[in-house]
Amino acid sequence: MAHSNEKTTSDKQPDVQNKLNNDPKQSIYKELMWQGLWKNNPGVVQLLGLCPLLAVTNTATNALGLGIATTAVLVTSNTVISLLRHHIPATLRIPIFVMIIASLVTCVQLLMNAYTYEVYLSLGIFIPLIVTNCNIIGRAEAFASKNKITHSAFDGLMMGLGFSCVLMILGATREVLAQGTVFDGIQTLLGGWAAFLTVHIYHSETRFLLAALPPGAFIIMGIIIAIKNTIDEKIDTKR
Amino acid sequence: MSFTNLSSPYQQIKRSTSQIMFIVILCLVPAIMLQSYFFGIGNLLQIILSVFTALVAEAAVLKLRNRPIINTLKDGSAILTAVLIAVSIPSLAPWWLVIIGALFAIIFVKQLFGGLGQNIFNPAMAAYVLLLISFPVPMTTWNPTNSLLPFPVDFIDQIKLVFTGVTTAGHTLDQLAINLDGLTLATPLNTVQNGLHAGYTLTEIAKSSRGINNSEFPISVINIAYLFGGCILLFKRLIHWHIPVAFLTSITLFSFISFVYDPEHISSPFFQLFTGATMIGAFFILSDPVTASTTPKGRFLYAILIAFFVVLIRNAGGYPDALAFAVLIGNMCVPLIDYYTKPPVYGSL
Repeated sequence: MAHSNEKTTSDKQPDVQNKLNNDPKQSIYKELMWQGLWKNNPGVVQLLGLCPLLAVTNTATNALGLGIATTAVLVTSNTVISLLRHHIPATLRIPIFVMIIASLVTCVQLLMNAYTYEVYLSLGIFIPLIVTNCNIIGRAEAFASKNKITHSAFDGLMMGLGFSCVLMILGATREVLAQGTVFDGIQTLLGGWAAFLTVHIYHSETRFLLAALPPGAFIIMGIIIAIKNTIDEKIDTKR
Repeated sequence: MSFTNLSSPYQQIKRSTSQIMFIVILCLVPAIMLQSYFFGIGNLLQIILSVFTALVAEAAVLKLRNRPIINTLKDGSAILTAVLIAVSIPSLAPWWLVIIGALFAIIFVKQLFGGLGQNIFNPAMAAYVLLLISFPVPMTTWNPTNSLLPFPVDFIDQIKLVFTGVTTAGHTLDQLAINLDGLTLATPLNTVQNGLHAGYTLTEIAKSSRGINNSEFPISVINIAYLFGGCILLFKRLIHWHIPVAFLTSITLFSFISFVYDPEHISSPFFQLFTGATMIGAFFILSDPVTASTTPKGRFLYAILIAFFVVLIRNAGGYPDALAFAVLIGNMCVPLIDYYTKPPVYGSL
């Protein structure tokens, strides 16, 4: 169980490695899930990919769009890199990873351009910039290049979901503070059926502009990290 | 004359933080009274709200941090911060504005950095910038002086305006802020800024707008009251003379240079000195011992730097008053200034 593992495992990658080699199948997936969603969350623990995290989370819709795009790239890049891991020379691995990731990002970008044009416009430069998201190259280097395909793909999925969760919390909080809505314009991302997801919490003439600006993102991000650490501390003291 | 005390008496009375803060607040009183006299008692209401919020916020954070609550609250620093926020926002602004400002100043700018003495930025000015950036409209809707109000507004009306946004007769603040000529009455700096952006020259603005002439006088008087309060602080040696003197001199110098360069588009040094936040800044905000530079040379540099940015942002920037932005920039430079202006140890080569 994840809880029993937690005490012995530090955040370091080698421990996960040992676990993967020794533990039975079931607990590997649980461990990967625990790592990606909470313990080693790319958004609030590793603090990777902060640039898009802070820049495009002004609405929950944008956050969800970027979250989906990043998750898709993470899963596919982890899969491809894990597939090719025996054929990639160690000295050339970084350029090769970047090329693989870049071609996948291009695919995602073209797909978004075709199917979710308005989200594509509002995310702007941050879709191509997924290439430089340290989180993706970090997973490729630290995990996918050393583990088998199924584990790598699952790790990519969990890391992507963890990242998306942080994006969504941040995006929703900022949107509520700045506009009083959640998921405003969601139909541009998911299609007309999703319009019911838009929630109007309050209406005000004056908007809290800071929340929509990058400094507000930094402050709210700090609060989210603080809350996460407090919960961890509470769990530790209980045990 | 002040000499460094090298002979007896060696033991001097040392003022506690709460005594210092109390005297500083007392020195603000004349200006606050004048502000109430000219613009109505809205500002007293804002001060009460602000102080109350600041004290509650400080107590809450101190409890979370397991620090002594009563002793820390007694030092009065939170009260001073709250008063400074309250006097710098429009006196009839909606109630939540000052509450957000006080909460941000105390929780984020002061306590999260470690409480009194640890904060990098001046809490009052950081809160002011937060409010100005987040709510530009209510932050720049200044009500006209009492004598110019298009409708009679009494004490009850002012309270109602702050809490509900309308007077008993149903007038909103926007209606109050427009005088009979249909001109919006802002602060003089604000009026000039808007006029210049619209492409007018200073003489045209002065001719066309009564607002600038009418609110220039009370605001200048309030500024003189701040100057008076500041002189008491200097006389009581609660603040060092370096910062106010260097700041006022260099602001005069810089604005004189820019005024001579383009007198039709840049306001005069007198205007710069007496119509904005210059005086309260010089004596009450820049001189904050926590966020200002601590070396004598550094204090000069710090004040000159802020004066430079005040003149620059006022004349070339988009916001009417620049003091808060300039102070934050100055605060950021303080560690560097202190590092390079460390006085040599006595006797060393």
